[in-house]
Amino acid sequence: MEVEGSSSGARPAGLWTHLQRLVTRPGPLAHPEFTPSPEILDLLRDTVRVLVVGAGGLGCELLKDLALMGFGMIDVIDMDTIDVSNLNRQFLFRQQDVGRPKAVVAAEFIHGRVPGCTVTPHYCKIQDYDDLFYRQFHVVVCGLDSILARRWINGMLVSLLRYEEDGSLDQSSMIPLVDGGTEGFKGNARVILPGMSACIECMLDLYPPQRNFPLCTIAHTPRLPEHCVEYARLLLWPKENPWGDGAAIDGDDPAHVGWILERAQERAAEYGIAGVDYRLTQGVVKRIIPAVASTNAVVAAACATEVFKLVTSCAAPMNNYMVFNDEDGIYTYTYEHERNLQLSSGQELAVADVSTPNTVIFTLELTDA
Amino acid sequence: MSASPASNPKSPDISEKNKKYDRQLRLWGDHGQAALESASVCLINATATGTETLKSLVLAGLGSFTIVDGKIATAEDIGNNFFLPSDCAGESRGRSACRLLLELNPDVRGQHVEQPLERLLDTEPDRLQAFSVVVATELTDSCLSRLSEVLWSHNVPLLVARSYGLVGSIRLQVREHLVVESHPDPDSVVADLRLLQPFPALAAFCDSQQLEAMDRAAHGHTPFLVLLYKALQRWRDEHDGAPPSGYREKKQFKETLQQFRLRTADGVPELEENFDEAERAVNTLLTPPSVPEAVRTLFASQQCNSLTAKSDDFWVLVKALHEYVENEGEGLLPVRGPIPDMFSDSDRYIQLQNIYREEARRGADQVQRRVHLLLESLGRPSDVITEEQVRHFCRNTHALRVFEGTAVQQELRHLRLPANEMAAHLQNPESEMVIYAMLRAAERFRSEYSTAPGAEDDQVETDVIKLKACLSRLLSDWGCQNTIKDDYVQEFCRYGGSELHTVAALIGGCAAHEVIKLVTGQYAPIDNTFIYNGISSSSAVFRL
Repeated sequence: MEVEGSSSGARPAGLWTHLQRLVTRPGPLAHPEFTPSPEILDLLRDTVRVLVVGAGGLGCELLKDLALMGFGMIDVIDMDTIDVSNLNRQFLFRQQDVGRPKAVVAAEFIHGRVPGCTVTPHYCKIQDYDDLFYRQFHVVVCGLDSILARRWINGMLVSLLRYEEDGSLDQSSMIPLVDGGTEGFKGNARVILPGMSACIECMLDLYPPQRNFPLCTIAHTPRLPEHCVEYARLLLWPKENPWGDGAAIDGDDPAHVGWILERAQERAAEYGIAGVDYRLTQGVVKRIIPAVASTNAVVAAACATEVFKLVTSCAAPMNNYMVFNDEDGIYTYTYEHERNLQLSSGQELAVADVSTPNTVIFTLELTDA
Repeated sequence: MSASPASNPKSPDISEKNKKYDRQLRLWGDHGQAALESASVCLINATATGTETLKSLVLAGLGSFTIVDGKIATAEDIGNNFFLPSDCAGESRGRSACRLLLELNPDVRGQHVEQPLERLLDTEPDRLQAFSVVVATELTDSCLSRLSEVLWSHNVPLLVARSYGLVGSIRLQVREHLVVESHPDPDSVVADLRLLQPFPALAAFCDSQQLEAMDRAAHGHTPFLVLLYKALQRWRDEHDGAPPSGYREKKQFKETLQQFRLRTADGVPELEENFDEAERAVNTLLTPPSVPEAVRTLFASQQCNSLTAKSDDFWVLVKALHEYVENEGEGLLPVRGPIPDMFSDSDRYIQLQNIYREEARRGADQVQRRVHLLLESLGRPSDVITEEQVRHFCRNTHALRVFEGTAVQQELRHLRLPANEMAAHLQNPESEMVIYAMLRAAERFRSEYSTAPGAEDDQVETDVIKLKACLSRLLSDWGCQNTIKDDYVQEFCRYGGSELHTVAALIGGCAAHEVIKLVTGQYAPIDNTFIYNGISSSSAVFRL
């Protein structure tokens, strides 16, 4: 097979034809600052550093998407190990990988499938690294299921912002954040330019409140199967300590869930409540959010497209929030979420430059990375 | 964590399959999973869009797939397709993709047919009959037209998926698709709890509740349905038997409701959560029950009124339901059964739950009797529609959905939309219909020149002129003027027919879920064309 001469990785001729057309040709619908050039592909491969936060349902998709969009220097961070219930959508993992770190297995897989793409795994918590680590990246993409983790990353990126003497933002200190989220058949994708557009903190009211049951209902007047499970989990477990003093409930241990299930069923029988089974019990104990492969694929693809647009300027990035739902037909809605300036970390932020959707927000320094 | 509990409960025996599919079983249930596992999908051409579609189906546990592809993989194919290994250039594209897709899930069977669709259509088109759904990518208009015709005549659903530069589309062709379990958004469903027309068991229960004789705890734990019932009785006594209707009266009704609250010695209303719930429910629950418009349309449909031995079970059920409504239902659908959660003591909530559940069973039994009679009159065994099927149907009568499809072959020949409607779409700069027109023009270009516009770097400018001509002819066929900006023509030539991986992944993800909708009979599919615009990160659905 023919190999193009230049740099490190062997690149068969024609491999990137699809991407090449888009980045080497001008277009009236491209971002006004777009400069078509074959060098863009080299930049993607050798220079641009992307951090993927989370190697779960969205993370696996993001890694595949970015690798096949020409990104060659990807880092992935995840503190979890692989569980069998991941396998219906986290497609970089196989049965024999159960128990291994997600970040490591995902990195190995991408490396094996897409030669020339280097994925560096970080099997740890996001909080284990400081600003020196996060500062290395040009873009951060999140595929998380935790609001807290999102807020932490958001806070980190905001803390990296530098301001000029006149109070205006030093744009070179800004690392764009692309964030995806899914629940069942619903999802969302957003593009956040810290210090310039609405950030995670500005959008906190978009998250539905967690569903909790009042303790007095659980203790005295249960009506729903969930109340019975919560009774066993919150009141009986600490009292009876079935696995010894202070042993925490492991929602993935069938014996633990089985114990709660039995107690919950006893309580349900006492009150004539129907519907306490293993699936429901585990769902309540682990606060399980339903998930399917297709929604993850769609939301991750939307996010990866935005990363590609941010870095190459081949088209204007999304401004700035898209919701997706394919329960009834296929529905998307894209709108600009407003900043909540009350929240912006004490800085007198320059509100300039972001009022028009197509403002340049990210210029890659072509040489000095 | 190793210490074992004294009572030593045995771990419940949860199958590996239940564990693996847990997160999706919570959505479409074991019956949905069973339907998926017995489905077989045919993919025409293992493009990135095609393999991305299969990926989400294989992961979910599809029964089997067949890839029909006569192409030899090129470096270009490998570059955007995760399911083509880096060393497969020169080998069969279908075979390579089949192998890597099967790695995803040992439960799934897959095979490939190493020939182009054209040949399959020439020699053995009936082979396509065997599939639950056919997903087609990378087809020319003429080939697509033939495929559409064959599948329409065999009544096999077809999904046409396309990724093109930063845009894409999905077109669903299905003659008729019937959905019992459409999973409407619970927030949009107004519960029909029959408060205005209480059935005897409900009335008897409410009448047995003596609010004035209750102590404080019992009073505050009375389910709000009872409170509404009592307030409604008082209101009716004061209003010649008529229930409150309209905003004003419902506001007054809330005052009637307040009269039942406990009060302190000073006359201040006590904090009673059940009354708060009752008040919030006044606007929705005191709406007179009726058969939804969509269901009445089904009753009036030809399929319902000319049953034959070959009619789908769905239509037999609809007919039985119609007869029920006209007779023992007294103009109403059967009670569904589930009631919303509400503040209450355990005992009375469970009693109420059972009362509704029992009433739902009564209704379903009556529908079932009518189903039997209908089946008999059609000369079919009376047990082909099971009790469980009838119950399931009756629980979902409020959300039945029917899709009448149109054929792609027809669409390629002439526009279904009136010309002025299409023209209005195309003049609207926000409308994704422009993308649809451009995709059609690009296909026309491909048919005429056997290549995509802008495929070669040195042809981009001449192709712009040619594509513009294709677009003008297409629009004039539609009876529309060319109001589409040249920018789009240039942008499409810039793409040169490229299939970008992320666009393929987005289209593939959407297409996979449409397949799941078709084979499980759950959720509502698109009707019938989805357009994705990655330039503006937006989308739209049109019926074409």
